[in-house]
Amino acid sequence: MESQKQVLERLRGAFRSGVTRPVQFRLTQLKAMMSLFEDNEKLILEAMHKDLAKPKFEAVLSEIELVVNDICCTISNLQTWMQDSYVGTNLATKLDDCFVRREPLGVVLIIGAWNYPLQLIMSPLIGAIAAGNCAILKPSEISQATEKLLAELIPKYLSQKCYAVICGGAEETKTLLENRFDHIFYTGSQSVARCILQAAAVHLTPVTLELGGKCPCLIYGRLDMKAAAKRLVWAKFFNAGQSCVAPDYVLCTAETREMLLPFIKEALESFYGSEPQQSPDMGRIVTDRHWNRLVEMLKKSEGKVVIGGESVKEAKYIAPTVVVDVTESDALMQEEIFGPILPILTIKSLDEGINFMNEREKPLALYAFSDESQVIATVLERTSSGGFCSNDGIAHMTLPGLPFGGVGASGMGNYHGRWSFETFSHKRGCMLRGWGLERVNVLRYPPYTESNLSWLRWATTAKTKGWASCSLM
Amino acid sequence: MSREQKAVERARKAFLTGRSKSLEYRITQLKNLLRFVRERQNEIAEGLKKDLRRSEFGTPLYETLGLESEINLAVRKLKDWAAPRPVSKSMMTISDQVYIQPEPLGVVLVIGAWNYPWAVTIGPLIGAIAAGNAAVIKPSEVSSHTSKVMEDLLPLYLDKELYPVVTGGVTETQELLKQRFDHIFYTGNGTVAKIIMEAAAKHLTPSTLELGGKSPCYIDNNCDLAVACRRIAWGKYSNCGQTCIAPDYILCDPSIQDRVIEEIKKNIKEFYTEDPKKCLDYGRIINERHFKRLMALMEGSSVAVGGENDESECYIAPTVLRDVKPDAKVMQEEIFGPLLPVLTVSGADEAIKFINQREKPLALYIFSSDNKLIKRMIAETSSGGVLANDCLMHFSESSLPFGGVGNSGMGRYHGKYGFDHLSHLRGCLIKQLKMEGVNKMRYPPHTADKLGWARFFILKHVDFGSVGRMALLALLAVFVAVILQRNYTD
Repeated sequence: MESQKQVLERLRGAFRSGVTRPVQFRLTQLKAMMSLFEDNEKLILEAMHKDLAKPKFEAVLSEIELVVNDICCTISNLQTWMQDSYVGTNLATKLDDCFVRREPLGVVLIIGAWNYPLQLIMSPLIGAIAAGNCAILKPSEISQATEKLLAELIPKYLSQKCYAVICGGAEETKTLLENRFDHIFYTGSQSVARCILQAAAVHLTPVTLELGGKCPCLIYGRLDMKAAAKRLVWAKFFNAGQSCVAPDYVLCTAETREMLLPFIKEALESFYGSEPQQSPDMGRIVTDRHWNRLVEMLKKSEGKVVIGGESVKEAKYIAPTVVVDVTESDALMQEEIFGPILPILTIKSLDEGINFMNEREKPLALYAFSDESQVIATVLERTSSGGFCSNDGIAHMTLPGLPFGGVGASGMGNYHGRWSFETFSHKRGCMLRGWGLERVNVLRYPPYTESNLSWLRWATTAKTKGWASCSLM
Repeated sequence: MSREQKAVERARKAFLTGRSKSLEYRITQLKNLLRFVRERQNEIAEGLKKDLRRSEFGTPLYETLGLESEINLAVRKLKDWAAPRPVSKSMMTISDQVYIQPEPLGVVLVIGAWNYPWAVTIGPLIGAIAAGNAAVIKPSEVSSHTSKVMEDLLPLYLDKELYPVVTGGVTETQELLKQRFDHIFYTGNGTVAKIIMEAAAKHLTPSTLELGGKSPCYIDNNCDLAVACRRIAWGKYSNCGQTCIAPDYILCDPSIQDRVIEEIKKNIKEFYTEDPKKCLDYGRIINERHFKRLMALMEGSSVAVGGENDESECYIAPTVLRDVKPDAKVMQEEIFGPLLPVLTVSGADEAIKFINQREKPLALYIFSSDNKLIKRMIAETSSGGVLANDCLMHFSESSLPFGGVGNSGMGRYHGKYGFDHLSHLRGCLIKQLKMEGVNKMRYPPHTADKLGWARFFILKHVDFGSVGRMALLALLAVFVAVILQRNYTD
C-alpha cells in the first residue's frame, strides 16, 4: 500500500504533467462524479443510515441532490468561468491587453466532517476538479461507513492519477498535514482548525475553514407563529440537529415564547408523530461519545425541559427537546450544541437580542423570524455572521449563487457553485503590452523632470475625471 | 496594558460604535487621506530621501501617484462596491431576495514594508477604510523616517481611534500579533510571513501575505531588444532594485546575451549618467546589513557592468552579471538589489522548465513579439501576475488583482479586489413567512412524492428576467394552491 508521501508525489507528478488543465478532462471527471452518485444511490443511503441513521429524505436531499445540483451547475458554467476576464484600463495602459486568468493551484487537501459526510467532501471536490487541481480527500473517520464507501468509489470513478482518498484518524491527519499542499479545505471544529492553520503556516499554504459556532435565531415582533414554528423545527431537527447551520438557540420575548411553544409542539407531532423514536424521519446521534456529551449538557442545564428530554443510549437517540428559561451561563450556552436540543432564551427588546448576539463570536449563520421587515433589516444591519436567512433556516445554503462560509470564529473563505471554483483557483493578473508608444514611456524614465511628472499624473488620473472612454485609443 | 494593546482596543471600541460603517464616513476618511497625500508631499519626500535616498520625483512617481489613483477610484466606486449584489435563485426562493451583502470585518492590522513604505502601507489601508474597517497601521521600522512621518501626520487627517499608527520594531510587532484582529495584511518576506500566519492561527484570523521571490524575466530572440532592455533596466534599477516585483534575473539565449548586456549598459548610462553615485535619480541600499548581503551575493559571478560600491554610503552601482550559473550565490535567494544576473537558456522550453523548477514568483516577465509564445509561457507557468514586454506596470492597473501564489503570497488587493478582500461577503436570503404551501414538500413525514417536488423546488436553478419571474410566480401560486392543497391537508 502506498504511503502518504508516495500518494502526494504521484498526484504532484500528475499535476505537473498538465493532465488536469484541459476543460475536457475536468468535465469528464465531473461527469464521472455525477455517475458515482447516480449509480450508487442505494449504497450511499445505506452508508448514511449506518453512520447517522439518516432518514432517506434527508440523505437524498442534502447528500445527493445538493451535490449533484452543484455538479450540474458547474458543468454548465465551467467553460465560462474558465475564460480570461478582460478588465478596464487607465489611459497609460489603454492599448494593452489586461485580463485575469483563473489557474489551478496544484495539489489540494480536502478534509471532510462526519455530519454530512458525503456532501462536505464532494462539494469542495467539485470546485477543486473544476479549477484544474489534483486532490487528496481525507474523509472523517467518525462516519466510518461513508469513509469506507468513498475509499472504494472514488478510485473507481475518478482518475486515480489525480485524486486519492487517504483514510485515518487524528494521527494520520497530523502526518498528512506535515506535507506541503497548495490549498487546504477543512470543515470541522475551531480547535482542530487552529492546528490546521498552524500546519499551513509552515508552508505558507492558503486555507479555507468551514467551522461552526452557535447560530442564533431571533424571533421578534408580529409574525405568523405557525409557519415560523414549522420552519424552525425543520431546520433545527434536520439530521437530529447535527448541522453547522442549524439554529442553535432561540431568542424571543416571553409572550412570543408562550405563543410559539404550542406551534412547535404541533410541528414536531406532525413531523415525527407522538413517538419520534419510532419515526423513520428522525435521525440519530453519530457516536456514543457525542450522545454522552449532549445528554450531559442537558443534565447540567438549569433550564426547564418543556418538550422531549428523553434519550436512549443504545439507540443513540435523543428526542427533539426544547428547554426554556435558559440563561447565558447555562450549560447549553457554552458551546455549539450540535444536537436536537433547542434552548429558548428570553429577551425584553430587540436591542437586547441584538446585543446578546453581538457579544458572542460571529456565527456561521444568523436567523431572524418576523413579519416586520424593519426588524429583519435592523438585525441584518447590526449583526455579522457567515450567512443570513430571514424567516427560515438552512435554506440559504442551498443556493449556489451565495458564497457559503464563515467569518471570524466561524471560518474563513467560502464555496458552493462558482465560489468553489474561485476558491481553488489562483486569480493571475496579466498585462500584455506592445512595443509601441515608447515615447509615452519616456515620461517615466530618469532623468526625472517636473514636466514628465505632470504628463504622467494627467495620464493616470484622466480616468477619474471621466475621460476613460476615449474610443480613439 | 501595553501601548499596542491599548491601540487595538481603542480601535475596536471605535469600530463597535459603528461610525466606520456609513459610506459617507468612509468617503470622508478617504478624501482626508487624499488631502494628506497632496498637502504633505514635502514631508513624505523628505522622509523617503532620508530612508532610501529617493529622488524628488520618485515620491509621486513610485509612491503617491498610485495612492491618489486608488483613493479616487475607491471614492468614486464605493457606492457600487458596497451595494447588495443580487444572485440567481431557485424555484423555492423565486419570490425572495437573494443577495450578497459586503460588510466590514472589524479591525484590520496592516504591516507595511520599507521599500515603498507609502505604497505598500497606505495601499492596503485604502481597501481597509473603503470596506468599513478600523485599521491598525504598523509601518516598517527599517524606513524609520517615513515611519515617523506617518506617526506624526496621519492622525492629523484620519480618525485617530479608528486608524492608529503604531510604530516599533520586532518586539512591538510581536506584541501587536498577540492581539486579536479580524484580518492581518502583511507585506514583506516569507520568513516573517510564516510567523505571522502562525500568530494569526491562534485567533483564527485570515491573512493576506504579499511576499516576493525571484521574478524571472525571459527575453525571446524575437523581440525589440532595445526597447525591452530599456524597460528592464528601468524596472530593475528603480529604487535600487529593492522592489518585490523587480525583474530578479534574466533568461535569454546565449546568442543575444552580449547585446542584452550592451543595451542595458546603455540605458543605465542614459538614466543615471556615467557616475550613478552622483546622480540624484539613483537610490541607495536601505542599510548596511542589506548592503553586505548583496555584496556577498555577487561572489562567484562575473561582473559585466557596474560592480562599484561604497559601504559608507550603502552604494552599489547598477550591476549586470553574465553567464551566471543556476547554483550561483546570486540565484539562491531573492536579490532585492541592483544586481541583474543573466542566465543563458536555449529557448522558451528550457526557460519554462527552469522557471517551473523554482518557487512560484510574484511576477513573471516575458519579452517577445510572438504573442503565441507569450500565451504559451503564461499557460505553462504559474506566478502571482504576468507582464509581457514591460516591467512593474501591472502594479499600477487597479482593475488587476495584485498578489502572489504559493511562496509569493496569498490574497490580493488593488481597486475592488482590495475592497472585497477586506470585506466579509455575507450571503443573505430574505424570505417571508407566507407561501408556506410551497414548503410543505420538505417537511416530514417524508414520502416519495414529496421528495420529487422538493428536488424540483429547492434545488433547480433559475435565471429569469423580472417579467418571466412574475409570470412564473403567478403560475406557481396557482399550481401550488391547487395541487399541493389537494394532496396534503393540514
